[in-house]
Amino acid sequence: MTATTGAAPATPTTYRRRRRPSLPVLLNRAGLYAAGAAVFLFAVFPVYWMVATAFKPVGEIFSKDTRLFPGTLTLEHFDRVINGELIPGVNFWEFLVNSLIVTLGAVAAGAVLSLLAAVAVARFRFRMRSAFIILLMVIQMVPAEALIISIFINFRRFQDATGIQMLGNLSGILVVYTAVSLPITIMMLRGFVAAVPKELEEAAAIDGASPWTVFWRILMPLVAPGLVAASIFAFITAWNEFIVALTFLGRSTEEYTLPLSLSYYFGRFGTEWGSIMAASTLLTLPVMAFFLFVQRRMVSGLTMGAVKG
Amino acid sequence: MAQTAEAVRAETPPEPPPKGGSGPDGPRRRRTIPTPYLLIAPALVILTLVLVWPVVQMVWNSLHSYTIRNLLPNAPAPQWNDFGHYRRLLSDPEFWTILRNTVVVCVLMVGVTMVLGTLVGILLHKLPRWFSVTVSVGMMLAWATPAISASLVFRWLFLPERGLVNVALDRLPDWLVGSGWLNYNWFLEPLSLFSVLISVIVWQSFPFIAVSVLAGLKSIPYELYEAVRVDGAGGWRSFWSVTFPMLRPLFALLLVLQIIWDLRVFTQLYILANSFQNKEIYLLSYYIYQQGFSASPANYGMGSAIAVVMTLMILGVTAYYLRIMIRQGETR
Repeated sequence: MTATTGAAPATPTTYRRRRRPSLPVLLNRAGLYAAGAAVFLFAVFPVYWMVATAFKPVGEIFSKDTRLFPGTLTLEHFDRVINGELIPGVNFWEFLVNSLIVTLGAVAAGAVLSLLAAVAVARFRFRMRSAFIILLMVIQMVPAEALIISIFINFRRFQDATGIQMLGNLSGILVVYTAVSLPITIMMLRGFVAAVPKELEEAAAIDGASPWTVFWRILMPLVAPGLVAASIFAFITAWNEFIVALTFLGRSTEEYTLPLSLSYYFGRFGTEWGSIMAASTLLTLPVMAFFLFVQRRMVSGLTMGAVKG
Repeated sequence: MAQTAEAVRAETPPEPPPKGGSGPDGPRRRRTIPTPYLLIAPALVILTLVLVWPVVQMVWNSLHSYTIRNLLPNAPAPQWNDFGHYRRLLSDPEFWTILRNTVVVCVLMVGVTMVLGTLVGILLHKLPRWFSVTVSVGMMLAWATPAISASLVFRWLFLPERGLVNVALDRLPDWLVGSGWLNYNWFLEPLSLFSVLISVIVWQSFPFIAVSVLAGLKSIPYELYEAVRVDGAGGWRSFWSVTFPMLRPLFALLLVLQIIWDLRVFTQLYILANSFQNKEIYLLSYYIYQQGFSASPANYGMGSAIAVVMTLMILGVTAYYLRIMIRQGETR
């Protein structure tokens, strides 16, 4: 795939340029541009509207005279969200910290677990290998929405038996988030590990490098981009997750993650659209930044092998 | 052949003598961790505990009278209820309505997403590179928006009186769209609520299809299109005689993924519906949550029975996905 992505798009363009543009061709091209612009607007508009509303003064949001562009820009909503109390007694920073703890915790645990498993799957042939891969594929499909009752009961029983709190705090959802992204991150990393030539490791080993050195100096640098992509995937999954947090955190508002705090805020103060949109914007920004970075890898990670280049 | 050899090796005692060095397996044996089983163990343990075992429990729960009372200290164990939940579901017209709505809404979401995504993918392939990249970046924004933010924005867009959609429809000439849009509430009736729901889902998921199709199109040799053009085929014909056959595995996979994702939609509905009052707007995942955590008392048995129905639907689709993956050699 990597080989074709660079070269292929040149072909149709050069082909088209060779012709002298006639009127139908020009019209056709104008149609294509118009369609492209329409798709762009359709995709971007709701995001624009979210950000635009976040910057509009309350008076303008409430006014019946809805305008496409904000007349005046204000930071009052962001100020309210960040410095005020999103939920009585708890402010934005605490939700941000909660979200970061869960997300980074799940990412770190997931990175270690999936790298180990990916090395096993890519480098060794063992009896359970196919079974393990099939398990990953099936498990990736079983929705958390269906399992949520069972997981909830398990955590509740575990909590009652051991006294270790799993519900109403971040530990339970951290465990679930780690497990949920594992199947995809393992499969993403598997490709990266398999792409590192075995000869490279063998040569280093012959030169006297210890297995540990081989792992850190040879394998890791080459697998690092994959690890970053898989980690960002895990990050986005955990950062956006809603239903597990909603179920397991319950009424413990001080433990809410950002998405959950937003839904609470909406449920209670459904008319303060400026603040709701400001909070949504703040939730969305980091995901967008990361997303642009790994989007290509996510496509290939999700459609593993379906596009053979 | 190779696999037989591996299988034989796996059966030998797990700790081979350190001075192995027999043939090409030499370097492999020098690893600190002697067996791949140790490497997959941590992942396998957490997957089993958090995701695999709950599948078994879900089935068990669905066969017992199991409510929140059974979780109290010293409460009796859940009682076998002789398929009571399933019998009640199957004879409940409300459940059939919810099931039908889930299927219809899912088919619409998947259908619109696939068609739109494919068309946009083809469009991106035809546009000059700079423009194609610009549109792609715009689509990434839609794809990247968290479900909760997307749902809130659409709720805001379709809000009665001040939502942009209602305002715009109201300002359009009456002969075109009718009148009275300003106060129209989209979130009360199933038909209008599901339309908004489908819009959010399509908006968020068409970029993935478009980008995947674009990647697929780039892998098709251009000569094939030249060949059919020489034969006099137009765009429509060349799509069905070149693009579609070439990308059939990709389309099958995208279709399966999309069905699975759309069957489980929850967050968007939770925000758009904003309550559990109206059973007419339930979808399966919403119903599971309502039974398990919002009904009083919370009915885990019934919730699990609905979850079993949903899982069976998804496993049916997954079986097809697995077949594709196995045929492509992804499991080897």
